[in-house]
Amino acid sequence: MGKYIARRVVQIVFTFFVFLTLVYFLLMAQPGDITRQYLGDPKITPEMREAIKAAMGLDRPWYEQYLNYLRNFLTGNLGVSFSNFPRPVIEIIFERAPRTLVLFLSATVVSFTAGFTLGKILAWRRGGFTEYLVTIGGVTLYTVFTPWFGLMMIWLFAFILGWFPVGKFLDPVLWRNAPISSEIVFGQMLTTGLSVVALLTLVYFVSRRLDAQWRAPVQWGGFGLVLVGTLGVWTPSPYARYALDILHHLVLPITTLALISFAGTMLLTRNSMLETIREDFVMVARAKGLPDRVVRDKHAARNALLPVVTSFVFSLAFALDGGVITETIFSWPGMGLTLLNAVVDEDIPLAIGALVFTGILALTAHLVADILYAYLDPRIRYT
Amino acid sequence: MTKSTETSPFKVEPQKSASLLAPMEAEEALSVREDLTQVVKKPLWRIRLELFWRAIQTNVGLFAENRIGLVGLSIILFFALLAIAHPILMATVWDETTYDPVTGYAYDETRQPAPPSPRHLLGTDPLGRDVLSQLMFSTRAEFALGLIAALITVTIATTIGAVSAYYGGLVDTLFMRIADLIIMMPFISVLIVMSGLVDLDLIQLAFVIGTFAGFGGTTVIIKSQALAISVKPFIEAARVAGGSHRHIILTHIIPNLLPLSFLYMMFTVTSAIFSEAVLSFFGLLNIRMSWGIMIYTAQTAGYLLSGAEYWWLLIPAGASVTLLCAAFYLVGRALDEVVNPRLRKR
Repeated sequence: MGKYIARRVVQIVFTFFVFLTLVYFLLMAQPGDITRQYLGDPKITPEMREAIKAAMGLDRPWYEQYLNYLRNFLTGNLGVSFSNFPRPVIEIIFERAPRTLVLFLSATVVSFTAGFTLGKILAWRRGGFTEYLVTIGGVTLYTVFTPWFGLMMIWLFAFILGWFPVGKFLDPVLWRNAPISSEIVFGQMLTTGLSVVALLTLVYFVSRRLDAQWRAPVQWGGFGLVLVGTLGVWTPSPYARYALDILHHLVLPITTLALISFAGTMLLTRNSMLETIREDFVMVARAKGLPDRVVRDKHAARNALLPVVTSFVFSLAFALDGGVITETIFSWPGMGLTLLNAVVDEDIPLAIGALVFTGILALTAHLVADILYAYLDPRIRYT
Repeated sequence: MTKSTETSPFKVEPQKSASLLAPMEAEEALSVREDLTQVVKKPLWRIRLELFWRAIQTNVGLFAENRIGLVGLSIILFFALLAIAHPILMATVWDETTYDPVTGYAYDETRQPAPPSPRHLLGTDPLGRDVLSQLMFSTRAEFALGLIAALITVTIATTIGAVSAYYGGLVDTLFMRIADLIIMMPFISVLIVMSGLVDLDLIQLAFVIGTFAGFGGTTVIIKSQALAISVKPFIEAARVAGGSHRHIILTHIIPNLLPLSFLYMMFTVTSAIFSEAVLSFFGLLNIRMSWGIMIYTAQTAGYLLSGAEYWWLLIPAGASVTLLCAAFYLVGRALDEVVNPRLRKR
């Protein structure tokens, strides 16, 4: 397992450099250079333009420029944003990246769980009317024009029903006199969320090692304890109000993003399940007289999971794209919105920075999913 | 037992020599021989054509069993009709100054956007242009975009898949690493940045999408299929018979990949139309008119959250993108069941 992970990490790092190179060529592919901007300005003489070129290193050979570019990226020097002028790009990224992370991670987890559960139920009841209905609904959501769908969600849930706020990250009226910055509250929320997930995983694995009669009580007790503990920490906190406001703003984007991407997992689980339930061991499990639910969940679904995870890894990039669109529609100030605004404002340093960050996020998600896959599939773990 | 059942092809030769002695038998033998020559004389291409026709009939039957695929196909046909009807309508019924999708203006309406009326079935947009005309005009562009992108993808993916599965080694590693990278990249984000740097029009966009998808996930899937084919006995037979590498790849591997390639064409069309719509919606493309631009126009004019009141500005375009994407996706899935026998009903 260790060797496998090490190999994947090396591959991912290599891929990252190839990615940086591609981005560099994308930059180089645009016609001209910065001095073209001053072509129409009579005050800037050709000599001055040459001087600007020399100052920016644009007169050097391309390989030197390329190495320079790589060095700047590795030292975190991404330049200064044009649209938020004096702020360096890296600072903007650090401010907005956690918001994207939260949106992406929670939506991915929700959509995968929902897709897998629905998919196995669908395969189990093949051919019914429900199957057609859910498949059509799933495909519609999967191929729906995402911006339009986001707008419809806002219109329905925020505008007509008024359950959720219309986009944005927080409610400015509430935060006007807030004693604390939103970044700190959000950071605390992120830490809480991550530790809750870690604790739940711990409880799950500890309970699985116990005897059968202790398993369920320890599991549910542990889950309950973690939830009560979280609430206990947050309720007396003076910032709970603000945290709740951010959460309230989070619900609709996460729901939208999860709805868009769950169908891919669902349809694939269905196909994979259909192949699995024809295998002999499922027949044996049925013949033994095991309850239907046990055959479905413990015998068929476990084995149908692998190809689903493989394709889930491939669909991470799709989810990230969906995230960019969702952020834009909901004015959620994460990396996606930053990317788009930077492109529209022709703020090239920020756009490239955001793109590279999105690339890093995609690569990391890929790595995590690969490790998860190795854990699920012993054939990979032991080679 | 009659004699004819006893006559086997092996007996034809001796009977022919005996035909002078026994006229009755000779006549019978001749008719058998005629049967045989009829079978053999039928040119090879006709046999192939018949086999091909039979395969198509079975596959169409399999496809028609799947109601979801038929739904998809009829949606595609509907949009194709819309695309064909637009130039005809423009030439006959619709006059250009009013109904042109980009430069037209509905002089007969007092305020824009005008609600649906008999003259403008889907109303007009905030700039006074007929929504139905825009919708139909854009359909043609979407089809062109999807087709070009899909053709490029399939050409690249099939070639690379076959070549890297057949040769393996360095070629394989190189292309698969590239594919890995492309699979991991958030495609639309890259396109957004790209359209910020370079002014993309429809054809260029189709090329970019096609190349991207061609080197990416489609290649991996087609290559795995090609791997399965390249270890089959008939490939070895072809090699033993002295077939060159080029001959084996072109006439033995690639034809066997085509069904799968065709299937992935459908998925590429979906992603091409979707990407175009998203980029146009953000106003990043250099395109005259498309479904994405229709929503973009409604957005920039401030009708985004108007909901039911100005429904004709958002719903037709959004629903068209969704429907056409879904239709190609559904057809692709139905084809998947034709191509992949393991998915068929028990």
